[in-house]
Amino acid sequence: MDWQAFGVSLRLAAWTVALLLPMALLLARLLAWRRFPGRLVLEAVIALPLVLPPSVLGFYLLVLFNPGAPLGRWFMETTGTTLVFSFPGLVLASLVYSLPFAVQPLLRAFQAIPPQLREAAWCSGLGPWRTFWKIELPLARGGLLSALVLSFAHTLGEFGVVLMVGGNIPGRTRTLAVAIYDRVQAFDEAAAGRMSLFLLGFSLMAVMAVFAVERRR
Amino acid sequence: MKRLQVDIRQRRPIPLEVGLHCGRGELLALVGPSGSGKTSVLRCIAGLHHPTGRIVCGGEVWLDDALGIALPPQRRRVGFVFQDYALFPHLTVLQNLMLACRLPGERAREKARRWLQRVHLAGLEDRRPDTLSGGQRQRVALARAMMRDPDVILLDEPFSAVDQVTRRRLRLEMAELKRTLRIPMILVTHDLEEAEMLADRMALIHRGRILQQGSPAEVMLRPVDAEAARLVDVRNLFRGRVIAVDRERGRCRLRWEAGELEAPWRESIPVGATVDWCIPPAGLLLHSRRRPSRGVRENPVRGRIVEIVRFGGRAQLVLAPVAAPEKRLHLDLSQHVVERNRLAVGEPVGVSLLSRFIHLMPPRRR
Repeated sequence: MDWQAFGVSLRLAAWTVALLLPMALLLARLLAWRRFPGRLVLEAVIALPLVLPPSVLGFYLLVLFNPGAPLGRWFMETTGTTLVFSFPGLVLASLVYSLPFAVQPLLRAFQAIPPQLREAAWCSGLGPWRTFWKIELPLARGGLLSALVLSFAHTLGEFGVVLMVGGNIPGRTRTLAVAIYDRVQAFDEAAAGRMSLFLLGFSLMAVMAVFAVERRR
Repeated sequence: MKRLQVDIRQRRPIPLEVGLHCGRGELLALVGPSGSGKTSVLRCIAGLHHPTGRIVCGGEVWLDDALGIALPPQRRRVGFVFQDYALFPHLTVLQNLMLACRLPGERAREKARRWLQRVHLAGLEDRRPDTLSGGQRQRVALARAMMRDPDVILLDEPFSAVDQVTRRRLRLEMAELKRTLRIPMILVTHDLEEAEMLADRMALIHRGRILQQGSPAEVMLRPVDAEAARLVDVRNLFRGRVIAVDRERGRCRLRWEAGELEAPWRESIPVGATVDWCIPPAGLLLHSRRRPSRGVRENPVRGRIVEIVRFGGRAQLVLAPVAAPEKRLHLDLSQHVVERNRLAVGEPVGVSLLSRFIHLMPPRRR
């Protein structure tokens, strides 16, 4: 068991979820209640990582992260390091890759809130911010929990994009999934088996937790 | 003075062109068929729709597109009771009320308890909305609307989601509450009986326009035109022609399919005009078969009974005039009158159309 790789995976998942959830909340609310031009495009772009091969996504992210490109250059100038093959680059890639897993459950949860409830809140004198904390968020609690668990588990099990963008640097970008690949390449089936079983068990529990939450609603 | 003045227009989502007002402690019923725009008017007042025009409540301008004023719902002091009550399902009854109140914790709690007592819900503080009956939910919604100390209360079909027995009780409670409130109240309903019971004034709305405003009796008995008459379910609605006018006595002769009638005359109606006219069922007097009474000479019409519907000690009689068998005259009687006179379907009877009940509507100018 490569505990160092597991540590990297955990850190990556934690960072991703922490940054992703606020973004996803914002996007899901926008998509649930607003009509605006370009809505369809936005929805499609968010869902794109579900169908796109990780290598394609990874390729475009590499292009973006290149110090020759605006994003890569900006990061280079502010931090002095490259985004490619770095932990921050990995987090950024994970945000894009896990976006649908956070947005979809939240979107469904927000759409399930009857519009009159928000209107009743406004007519009770609650401003947009209080309406969000007191009404919307508690009612979307199940969706929030699903989004959290799904995006955490999905980031933990991420492979293709990580390999493309992060490479395989121990302690920095070698995640558990990459470590398993690494072990298989080295014919260390016993280690690969242990780590795979671990990830399998973890993912199964995560998905079961989500189903349990959905069922209780 | 807390007085609500509304003058609004909008094209979407539903075309509206509405002017109305409501005084302190007055209950105005907005009545109309479904899709007429009643609920939209309430939503405009609450700030959930954004029409053009002006809304002033007690000297405070809520909306004035000329001045660029359009307060959001949070800043309009309205108490809104939604049609399906829109209670917050994740909060207890007490929390539902407290959320609508700006007072600090303990005082909000106290106020919420007082209101729950007033709507007869003391003891249900910690229940969730989904464990309440329809009537209880309606009372919670009403109490929640009152927690804001609103300057106007808006009721969107508040009795439509409950059974008939509960509805009757809730209406009585509403009438009771109304007497103690000193703010304008607007009740949206498609139920004429409800409007008649509760409203001080009634506004008839159709296709986003107000057809008529006035006391319930005036709107129900003296509709402005045939369209308004149909909306308030006037059953005896006919066409006729004014053939003679006696200006001094304020009377006219009216010819219709079943003969001639004497009717009250209105200044705006010239001789020769085609008019719509109506008479309430209470304005029809049944001629007793044995002892002719005094009224028999007033606008007599002979007819044949085509239908008798009995309910609650009353009977609805439908007649076909002999001279115009395709027309229908409706009158309401006590059941014992039906029995005493041995009335039955197919029997011939005589009725008088009492002149003072006849209401002429001038032809519509388009």
